[in-house]
Amino acid sequence: MPFELLVALRYLREGKGQTWLILTGVGVGVGVIIFLSALIGGLQESLVARTLGTQAHVVVRPREEMPRVLPSSGGAVRETQVERPAQRVRSIVQWQRARADIARLEGVVATAATISGAAMAVRGDGASSVMVRGIEPESYRLIVPLDSFLVDGRIDLTGFRAVIGTKLARDLGLSVGDRFRLRVGTETADGASGVYTVSGLFDFGNEDLNERWVFVSLRATQSMFGLEGGVSTIEVKGAQIYDAEPLAQAIAGRTGLEANSWMRTNAQLLTGLRSQNASSVMIQTFVILAVALGIASVLAVSVVQKSREIGILRATGTTTRQVMRIFLIQGAILGSLGSAVGIAIGVGLGLMFSRMALNPDGSPTFPVTLDAVLYLRSAALALGVGLAAAVLPARRAARTDPAEIIRYG
Amino acid sequence: MVDVGPPGPPLPATSDPLLRLEGVTKDFGTRVVTHVLRGIDLIVEPGEFLALTGPSGSGKTTLLNLIGLLDRPTAGRIEFDGWDVGQLDDTQVTALRGRGIGFVFQFHYLLPAFTAQENVMLPLLADRGRRDLEMEERAASLLTEVGLAERAAYRATDLSGGQQQRVALARALIMRPRLVLADEPTGNLDTESGDQVFELLRALNDRYGTSFIIVTHDDGLAARCDRVVHLIDGQVASDSRNAVASHTTP
Repeated sequence: MPFELLVALRYLREGKGQTWLILTGVGVGVGVIIFLSALIGGLQESLVARTLGTQAHVVVRPREEMPRVLPSSGGAVRETQVERPAQRVRSIVQWQRARADIARLEGVVATAATISGAAMAVRGDGASSVMVRGIEPESYRLIVPLDSFLVDGRIDLTGFRAVIGTKLARDLGLSVGDRFRLRVGTETADGASGVYTVSGLFDFGNEDLNERWVFVSLRATQSMFGLEGGVSTIEVKGAQIYDAEPLAQAIAGRTGLEANSWMRTNAQLLTGLRSQNASSVMIQTFVILAVALGIASVLAVSVVQKSREIGILRATGTTTRQVMRIFLIQGAILGSLGSAVGIAIGVGLGLMFSRMALNPDGSPTFPVTLDAVLYLRSAALALGVGLAAAVLPARRAARTDPAEIIRYG
Repeated sequence: MVDVGPPGPPLPATSDPLLRLEGVTKDFGTRVVTHVLRGIDLIVEPGEFLALTGPSGSGKTTLLNLIGLLDRPTAGRIEFDGWDVGQLDDTQVTALRGRGIGFVFQFHYLLPAFTAQENVMLPLLADRGRRDLEMEERAASLLTEVGLAERAAYRATDLSGGQQQRVALARALIMRPRLVLADEPTGNLDTESGDQVFELLRALNDRYGTSFIIVTHDDGLAARCDRVVHLIDGQVASDSRNAVASHTTP
């Protein structure tokens, strides 16, 4: 065993009480860091999963229609008031080519062509305004796992069949097998109207979506909105959820279409997540600071207590570098052993918390994500903090003047 | 000559003395300067057994620190074992001190976390970096010489004062130094233990030819050394040889 390690271990063993206290302190600190990271990570994952469970990472649609101001005969533009036109459901020009271009982009996992438009769902005297979503179930399933939200019936959109939300079903008194009418109309034109049979009921865990969304086949919406052969939106799923914004920009650049990422349409959620991250980093920083101060103070006391011994070691040939290493090793040992204790505490707390409070569906109220990277990162952090905290006491120890010790004892 | 690593300029290998001090002075303080040592000239030959005496404040310990290479003089020149110490850097001085000079202090300063044998081995352990069998054997043999073979595995705190001082003596000798500096080595011991330790110093001096410089207030002890250097006010007031040094308790 190297000389410095031997002395460091003996010093730690000699001050058993102090060593255990600081190991517990470092352990609690690292445990809190692991637990907090796991808890906040789990909560964020769960929140993002719930949000993105029902929407695409990027939605591509035609650019908004803008009025053009034509110059008068003399070439000058007169003072003009330009009215913004009402937006209508329009098809993406050459959408097959656009979809193929998007699919070829790096980071794109799946694409689905859809049509979305407003309609009225009517049954008897009851009516409810809804968002009709025309999809091809095979491709749309790759974007939103519809089947996992199905609570009754099945996903069958062939012919005049529709899948609706539980809230709409309740409002209109519908259940699987019942029929209702979808009516599309505007001030200027009567749209198509058709009678649909409910083939399945979904529950997205969001009452608004459960009330508003009605899934029918793409072909049905094409005739409903007068877009024969066309689609109004291309929905895209990327490989990394947090890369959605750059992906949207790439899609817009490639196709010239309007591409909105979930990060832009859920800006508030993103701000919330970032604030949560910032507060988590703040807490972790203060915990690390406390851990570092704990290790540094124990070693500083040790240097004072052992100044005579250090003086003797120096007098008998131990170099200043060796003395420094003795204390740096102590810091590293306290950091790494403390992190082992901390991992145990963090994992224990995480498991306890995730099993303590459960949602009605059996999923944990506080989802906790524990992974090896988190442990390794925390262990490396504790080791680094241990070493850094030991630097000052180690330098002080190395500066011990053996002549002083011999002169004054 | 002790190997101290990359060279400072070694002195010519002649039958030089082990230690030579020429005009060594030591001042402390900057605003108010205290002249502790004033022009000390001293030569110590290999194998000498020398007592350094003088009243409190005469500069004995300061001189011992300079000879022990724990401090550097304000002026003057120190040569040890063929090396001009002033020409060596701190690392070389540490190596020269570690390998060439052993220390015995009034208070033993053993490391309580280590056994007697480990305490003896520490200087060699620091020098070699790792424990080895030869080191253990050398420590065991020294402990036998100081009469503590059976206490090798005891912790320092489990030994009596006299035993601890003997362990410290074994530690001072583990590097086979050419010079041992002892600062009041018996000052903290009862008469019997003090005598035992002193006899041990003499025996080791006889057996190995190691030079000893012993700082003491005890005139009786000084009388049993071969040579007595007496300091007053930082200067050598007298340097005398005892005609027949008594090796035994008077």
